[in-house]
Amino acid sequence: MRFVDEYRREADARKFLTAIERLVTREWTIMEICGGQTHTLIKSGIDRMLPPQITLVHGPGCPVCVTPLELVDRAIAIARRPEVIFTSFGDMLRVPGSAGQAFETASTSGAWRGAQDLLSVKAQGGDVRMVYSPLDAVKLAQKHPDRQVVFFAVGFETTAPGNAMAVWQARQMGLTNFSILCSHVLVPPAMHAILGAPDNRVQAFLAAGHVCTVMGYWQYEPIAAQYRVPIVVTGFEPLDLLQGLYMAIKALEEGRYGVENQYIRAVTRAGNRAAQQLVAEVFEVCDRPWRGIGVIPASGYRLRAEYAAFDAERRFGVGDVTAQESPLCIAGQILQGLKKPHECRAFGRECTPEHPLGAPMVSSEGACAAYFNYGRT
Amino acid sequence: MNQAFALQCPIPISDYPTITLAHGGGGKLSQMLIERMFVPAFANPELEILHDGAVLSLSVAVEMREGRGSRLALSTDSYVISPRFFPGGDIGALAVHGTVNDLAMCGARPLYLAAGFVLEEGLPMDELWRIVQSMAAAAQAAGVRIVTGDTKVVERGKGDGIFINTAGVGVIPPGVQIAPKRAQPGDLVLINGPVANHGIAIMSVREGLTFETAVESDSAPLNGLVEMILAAGGEAVHVLRDPTRGGVASSLNEIAASARVGIRLDEARIPVLEEVAGACAILGFDPLYVANEGKCLAIVAPEAAEAVLAAMRSHPLGRDAAVIGQVVAEHPRKVYLRSRIGGLRVVDMLSGEQLPRIC
Repeated sequence: MRFVDEYRREADARKFLTAIERLVTREWTIMEICGGQTHTLIKSGIDRMLPPQITLVHGPGCPVCVTPLELVDRAIAIARRPEVIFTSFGDMLRVPGSAGQAFETASTSGAWRGAQDLLSVKAQGGDVRMVYSPLDAVKLAQKHPDRQVVFFAVGFETTAPGNAMAVWQARQMGLTNFSILCSHVLVPPAMHAILGAPDNRVQAFLAAGHVCTVMGYWQYEPIAAQYRVPIVVTGFEPLDLLQGLYMAIKALEEGRYGVENQYIRAVTRAGNRAAQQLVAEVFEVCDRPWRGIGVIPASGYRLRAEYAAFDAERRFGVGDVTAQESPLCIAGQILQGLKKPHECRAFGRECTPEHPLGAPMVSSEGACAAYFNYGRT
Repeated sequence: MNQAFALQCPIPISDYPTITLAHGGGGKLSQMLIERMFVPAFANPELEILHDGAVLSLSVAVEMREGRGSRLALSTDSYVISPRFFPGGDIGALAVHGTVNDLAMCGARPLYLAAGFVLEEGLPMDELWRIVQSMAAAAQAAGVRIVTGDTKVVERGKGDGIFINTAGVGVIPPGVQIAPKRAQPGDLVLINGPVANHGIAIMSVREGLTFETAVESDSAPLNGLVEMILAAGGEAVHVLRDPTRGGVASSLNEIAASARVGIRLDEARIPVLEEVAGACAILGFDPLYVANEGKCLAIVAPEAAEAVLAAMRSHPLGRDAAVIGQVVAEHPRKVYLRSRIGGLRVVDMLSGEQLPRIC
């Protein structure tokens, strides 16, 4: 396949690996931000092909993983209402809410565990539908004027333009039966939080290529300067990642910092201006809690006051639903790169893809699921 | 099209445009459905007796078809696929292919099928007719007879249009020893063509996801191909398996666990159509876990692998056959894959369904 096969050639991969081996003189710790990149690294086996001096730690860039547990509970509460058609991307449907978790930690039999996710709401008669675009949810709202259609709007800057477009269109159409349950998060504040932490180990970043397709990479320049770290905007195919790693290691070895762009076939410094304008029209920056990490200032989006009518939390009065995390889950430390999945006591024991304690084990982009599914035990 | 079908449909639309509860009630309408639709479509002497069950002459079957086969294979499966008509097939053909293939994977020559229909009140009669015709054509192509059946009708809202159960029997020729536990280190893993077509074809027409693709389901009867595999490989053919739900990855994991061996796959050799690979990339699916309905994995002793591969490639359903891996003594019960760029990873069983990702 064009634009894919070129980035999966073994001979080229060997060249980069050899070049990296020649380059490395000491130990380096590099974080890939995006869960999609984690997935490619583990799936193609790159983590095991690199010289032993290179440690990869996996960042918080998995939208399912960082969505707070109480948001999942709020989604479940809304989805149970008879007038609601609850729509979501596939990933979010399997994330257990806190009811499932409390039951899970209390149970030792394992015979009937963790039943409370959106899929189980569907099994119990709730109208929960998987959609592939928030615009499909808007179409559903048009088609079912007698029902309330809610879209679970999670994700990073990558999904924000689509969600903004859905809300914008719904307002243009005068729809009063469409709303979003919004939990948008932003990459740069999370990088600040990681680099500013006293126990930070990360010396360089691979920035998430698709986030940068929308936002550009100018936002990362002050971060690179402030913390003196190399940041390489990187794509998602195996050779993208090897080249991104090569560029990051070269900068580290040469003592350089700053932003470089590996993903030039998709990313420009300025990004997609039209998408950014639409996002700014519908959303405003707010403080957001990140699952396992806590509240990061100015790290997310919420609907602007002009669009408050499309806020599902307000419409259904679920803003005060709170949740307690499983005490066994160390998702926060994993998402900050402080621990690796198999260093968790519950990994592969109490916590598996069938019975996840935390979101990184649920999502296909989660670091724990990647380690478990590809045998890094 | 519809009009053509309506003209052919033996139960005139003007009489009963849709299935009613009475079609399953055991009375006149049930009889009409059987006598005017099912029996003529599936026409064969065993069915035409219209008894409670089919009476099969085993000695005739065996002598006619096999010589001295002395073992029967029996299999059953239920089909609930939505949508009922999809690119490359429909629920009727699938219900025949699925059971024929399950029998073929036991090394058996499928002979007879039984068909049970659960119809939902309101199912358009011409849709049922199209499905029945498709089953008849599929049975004929596979060389099997549908010799007995049953029809029930459930109230509107209690079913999804039509569910079909098929059960089948086949005779295993002498000398054929197919069992998952026969996989042994050194054996090669073969497949008859590109993977994941069926799952992606179904996804492309499901509600909520319509993408334009020319991908068709690979739904097909594999008994002819299996006969050629067995003729070429004989007892050196150790395992046959059709990787349906759960895909190639799940089937090979089951075989590795059953035979207590390891399996090593080579990603670069696994055939995947470009369009299928593209759709998988967009959805975040791994083609190794996507369903097939016309694929056969064959695990074959190394000395016979070349002959079996050649036999597969000489069959229309095996033109793109390939050796995709090997059975190894290392890492028993586990399947490993050498990635395109040369890395190594575990290929585990699928947990739950593959769900499309966010970004």
